[in-house]
Amino acid sequence: MSKTLTAAERVAIARNPGRPNVSDYISALFTDFFQCRGDRLCGEDAAILGGVALFHGRPVTVIGTRKGKSLEENLQCNFGMPNPEGYRKALRLMRQAEKFRRPVITFIDTSGAYPGLEAEAHGQGEAIARNLFEMSRLTVPILAVITGEGNSGGALALAVADRVLMQENAVYAILSPEGFASILWKDAARHEEACALMKMTAPELKALGVIDDIVPEPEGGAHLAPAIACRELDRCLRRRLAELERVRGTALAAERYEKFRKMGTPESRKENP
Amino acid sequence: MSESIFARRRARLLAMKAMRENYVPGDKLVQCPKCGQESERRLVAQGLSVCPKCGYHFPMGAYYRLSSVLDPGSFRELFTKVSAADPLAFPGYREKLSAAQRRTGLSEAVVTALGTIDGRKCVVGVLDSRFLMGSMSAAVGEKLTLAIEYAGKSRLPLILFAASGGARMQEGILSLMQMAKTSAALARYAEKGLLYISVLTDPTTGGVTASFASLGDIILAEPGALIGFAGPRVIQQTIGETLPEGFQRAEYLEEHGFVDAVVPRGQMRETLSRLLRLHEKGGRS
Repeated sequence: MSKTLTAAERVAIARNPGRPNVSDYISALFTDFFQCRGDRLCGEDAAILGGVALFHGRPVTVIGTRKGKSLEENLQCNFGMPNPEGYRKALRLMRQAEKFRRPVITFIDTSGAYPGLEAEAHGQGEAIARNLFEMSRLTVPILAVITGEGNSGGALALAVADRVLMQENAVYAILSPEGFASILWKDAARHEEACALMKMTAPELKALGVIDDIVPEPEGGAHLAPAIACRELDRCLRRRLAELERVRGTALAAERYEKFRKMGTPESRKENP
Repeated sequence: MSESIFARRRARLLAMKAMRENYVPGDKLVQCPKCGQESERRLVAQGLSVCPKCGYHFPMGAYYRLSSVLDPGSFRELFTKVSAADPLAFPGYREKLSAAQRRTGLSEAVVTALGTIDGRKCVVGVLDSRFLMGSMSAAVGEKLTLAIEYAGKSRLPLILFAASGGARMQEGILSLMQMAKTSAALARYAEKGLLYISVLTDPTTGGVTASFASLGDIILAEPGALIGFAGPRVIQQTIGETLPEGFQRAEYLEEHGFVDAVVPRGQMRETLSRLLRLHEKGGRS
């Protein structure tokens, strides 16, 4: 394990194109994956991959943002930047999970929701908001794993989970360090400085209570020994899922509410109006 | 009798706060960014901050907004003690906050209140874009969530006026988490069968659009308001084309099915009143 990496170094690892993506994790951790397509409203978005699979013999709904490994793949899945159709497909699959009482496992690696003309015309903001709203009250277990970059509302839209796991070298932030630097200092070149201030690494986020588990990666990053990364992730998911499956559905939703209710809350919360 | 004295005092207090927002020392004239014509600042301030020549809606302070929709004397501010903190110890942030607080007289970018509209009680939250662009801080998220929960507990309708440039950069991930927090609070609120009206004002973007602002049972918008998830500049850079005229404006959203009605400021109070009346018998117990 490499504990001494700087935030900027972790960003570089998190973005390494050789890093395992959602398809790799699905084939390594699950069996019998059946891919479901389309939002049943108007479209299919390849930037989000979803379906039903078996996790150690148990049916689960799997959803993840998809980055490609080659330019060709990336053009197909829009470099992992979802459109509203993708988020609406994800919501459809989560509702289906609720119906069939199966847990939801999400994999997140995205530089953000796609900032495009059609994305706006089709309600990118509404699609993300609706996911946050509905995920907060699902009564089946939800596990989210940040496997690479988890940027902005585009990542959060799949991460309102009972347990948020994060791979050791993944990053999770309000936006990319480049975007952060350009908004705050009007200078995207200062992104390394931004990395250091943003509190985007797994250990920092665990200390803030934003994530629950740090999943160890092989030295140098998951892309150097994917099998080890998969094994560690599998172990963590299994343990957390077993724990959540013991909790009743309504209690799960109530605890999930409290988990997010507390975030960024000052201690002096109890105040009468 | 004493009640009416308090009501009068509250009415005066809100009027004074609204006046303070509209007071700009020096310049007596204000230029409209839309039509370019100059108007007397006093006239604009008295006319809901709308350009008398072309109807452009200037940014409006939170207290002035509240005084323009609530019955006089019904205003009671809620959760005044929740104010901005510096959770990530971000360099220079404290100074920025206190400068914004001095300039606006607000403790944060949102004011929450209890009041009545034509006698019907409701909880109202107003974001103020003059305070660090109405960006979503942990305190903004907390105050909104408290207001949503309070409305739920008291079984009252909820009206939120959005105006936000998006996330509060200096609070990083904690700003992002407020999206989940406010949306989850609204999900609970919705389960009680209560009415939530979201009013989108200029600008409503980023994390605010992608959370509470888009979740209203009824969504209204002010004319010409910029509303979107990504900012126009980012979109233009991404797709490398110029954006169509009127893109991401209130009228565009109405056409695309994301807004129920575009309502000019002068008709806002009446529209809200009508909506409250139409939902009066709602609410399961």
